[in-house]
Amino acid sequence: MISRKPFYAVVALLFLAGLALSLYRHFTFEVPWLPGEQRQVWSIEAKVEFEATGRPVKASLAIPGTQQGFTLLNEAAASPGYGLSFLERNGGTRAEWTIRRAAGPQELYYRVEMMADPHAEAPVPLQAPVIAPHTNQEPYATAIRQVLNRALERSADGFSLTRELIRELDSQQQNAELLAQYQDKPRLLVEMLNRAGIAARVVKGLELEDGRRRQSLIDLLQVFDDDRVEIIDPETGHPGQRDNLLLWERHSSPVLDLVGGVNSRVTFSMIRQQLPVNVALEQKFEDSNLLNFSIHSLPLEEQALFKGILLIPIGVLVVVLMRILVGLKTSGTFMPVLIAMAFIQTSLATGLIGFLLIVSMGLVIRSWLSHLNLLLVARISAVIIMVIGIISLFSVLAFKLGLTEGLKITFFPMIILSWTIERMSLLWEEEGAKEVLTQGGGSLLVAVLAYLAMNNDLIRHLTFNFLGLQLVVMAAVLLLGNYTGYRLLELRRFQPLARED
Amino acid sequence: MGFWSRPKFTRPRVLSDKGIMGMNRRNIDYIGRYNPRRLYPLVDDKLQTKRIALACGVTVPDLIGTISQQHQVRHLAEMVQEWPGFCIKPAKGSGGKGITVIVRHDRTGYTKPSGAQETIDDLERHVSNILAGLYSLGGKPDVALIEALINFDDSFEGYSFEGVPDTRVIVFKGFPVMAMMRLSTDASDGKANLHQGAVGVGIDIGSGRAIRAVQFDQPVDHHPDTGRQLSELQVPDWETLLQLSASCYEMSGLGYLGTDMVLDKLRGPMLLELNARPGLAIQTANGAGLLPRLRRIEALDSQRMSVAQRVDYAREHFSIAS
Repeated sequence: MISRKPFYAVVALLFLAGLALSLYRHFTFEVPWLPGEQRQVWSIEAKVEFEATGRPVKASLAIPGTQQGFTLLNEAAASPGYGLSFLERNGGTRAEWTIRRAAGPQELYYRVEMMADPHAEAPVPLQAPVIAPHTNQEPYATAIRQVLNRALERSADGFSLTRELIRELDSQQQNAELLAQYQDKPRLLVEMLNRAGIAARVVKGLELEDGRRRQSLIDLLQVFDDDRVEIIDPETGHPGQRDNLLLWERHSSPVLDLVGGVNSRVTFSMIRQQLPVNVALEQKFEDSNLLNFSIHSLPLEEQALFKGILLIPIGVLVVVLMRILVGLKTSGTFMPVLIAMAFIQTSLATGLIGFLLIVSMGLVIRSWLSHLNLLLVARISAVIIMVIGIISLFSVLAFKLGLTEGLKITFFPMIILSWTIERMSLLWEEEGAKEVLTQGGGSLLVAVLAYLAMNNDLIRHLTFNFLGLQLVVMAAVLLLGNYTGYRLLELRRFQPLARED
Repeated sequence: MGFWSRPKFTRPRVLSDKGIMGMNRRNIDYIGRYNPRRLYPLVDDKLQTKRIALACGVTVPDLIGTISQQHQVRHLAEMVQEWPGFCIKPAKGSGGKGITVIVRHDRTGYTKPSGAQETIDDLERHVSNILAGLYSLGGKPDVALIEALINFDDSFEGYSFEGVPDTRVIVFKGFPVMAMMRLSTDASDGKANLHQGAVGVGIDIGSGRAIRAVQFDQPVDHHPDTGRQLSELQVPDWETLLQLSASCYEMSGLGYLGTDMVLDKLRGPMLLELNARPGLAIQTANGAGLLPRLRRIEALDSQRMSVAQRVDYAREHFSIAS
């Protein structure tokens, strides 16, 4: 007897490979396990307003990039008459509008779509700014020293120092008022941190709230300590990056650099959209590599085709389960799968009615054919033509009666229906109507179950998005092919045997 | 029976304790393991079975002729002219499908066991269907066999309705492990298939006597049509029949085999056909599971045992009466 070990190894391998592929897709490409999951996409519009002075204008606006918590999906700028380019400067990206001559009020727009994305990371790691030496004049130097010393005593690292500084500025009223004259709070904090040997800078953030208009950026502290970076709100001292806080400018550059204009202003408006996750992901991984081995890289039409094809293994699995574990009889092994696929096109009720109508009508006509003493191939061909006739007839009838649902009857696989009719008819002649009902009912039951499985949103989502699951189905089918236990219906069949003694 | 309602389903545990074999186990552990695929044509094609049986000296019903081409169908009437009764079989048919028995014929027509009349046109159409592969596995083109009728033994008078009672013996590695008699009934339309309503009578391997009988998987005491007490059934010439069955192992090479035997009044036990996928109803008819017997033989070193030794072993160990 051949050892079953290689067999189980293959099954385990298939199962693990399938699982690994699926996990890979889930974690690397963030494909969710459940369907219908949506991602928040923020559509943010920055509006730059200024008075042009009639000379050449150059307006350079800092723009955000993919960062922790947000992925940039796409960006666009609207600015009639202006030349536009996106530039890299100091590690940050800027949109730069230029025009030879402009006068009067000007409006420039920049729009960006950012997806809330817990997995997102900035493409380039942050670099800590150089600590600049500061010399302060009295009386500010004393005030700074007092605040800093108090805070240094009570802190352990750069982050706690920042928090303590903010707290000290709140409690030491006099010093705080004095220092407020010297510099605004965020920059003052950066200076004090630098004195303590901590790298820090001021960055600009935007608080995201659905439907807000004319918002402005807020100042935030970015504090570096060793390898760690934290964003700290200079007003409250609260740490952490919040879900609704987008860092607009991260390199201590001005938000807007304007040459040739006055009275400039940058305001932001934003709306939140919910995008289905696959649409959002498609945009995110648009230019991904070969490793992104998924159906999504195919053209849309082929995708739709595959959506159906990838469901067939599920239907097949249902048939295998029903036949091996339950022991249902079906007429034609995989005929139920094909019927189920037709049901998907037609919807269940229409499909069932259509199927029963065609088969029962076919059986009536077939019984007449059997008197004609025809050769088998000719007879099957006749049945095929007859089925097409019945389908056409029902379609026209349904259309005339205004039942557009009835038109879907054309989705049935005609050759399969013909064979079903032929087999049922023979079964009827040889074994009687009871066997026809058993096998026909069994086929229909399996078809309905396969339909329910194949039409399930979750299963559709999983099979389409996780190709690895096909391997898992394969492993399951192989395992089932090895099942030597009783079938459910055998428990009833052999039940008289169990009753004795 | 108690007055509480019978449970519809039993527990798997109960069945496995009794050694009942399920379809899945039969397919994987016995058919898949002991029946090499390449030998299937020998049993799936009745013409080949007949050929190897004759070569091995196993008695089979006489072959009147074969029809393998559509144009030969016209000669059916003259082919059977000399024979009082005959039966038409598809060579590659399964489960008794496509078998038509004609007990007598004259100018007016051909009479089936039920008394129904068939015309020569009906029979020719039937043969055409056989040739087109209507009854064969996978719908492949087939050959029609015309065989002589069996003069079935008088000892079975009253046990069968309109049909030939045949004896199914499961032969495992050459050992007859379980046997049953299949009696056609009105419900089965003269056919000996249990799922069509034939009565299955479990036969004791040791003695050839009836153990119990079932119809549609439920125990019965009397033949539903003739009313004959089934427990009195005794297969004559039992030893010969078992030896004939057991020798089919060497003949076919199949380890797990169903042999269908009939008793001819004049010629004794005859091989009707072989089955590489014998059904499981024999367990219900015997009220016993196949597995303990199969396992016993699997554990046995039976390489050098002769047919007679194997039959003796089976009669000794698989007998109920002992």
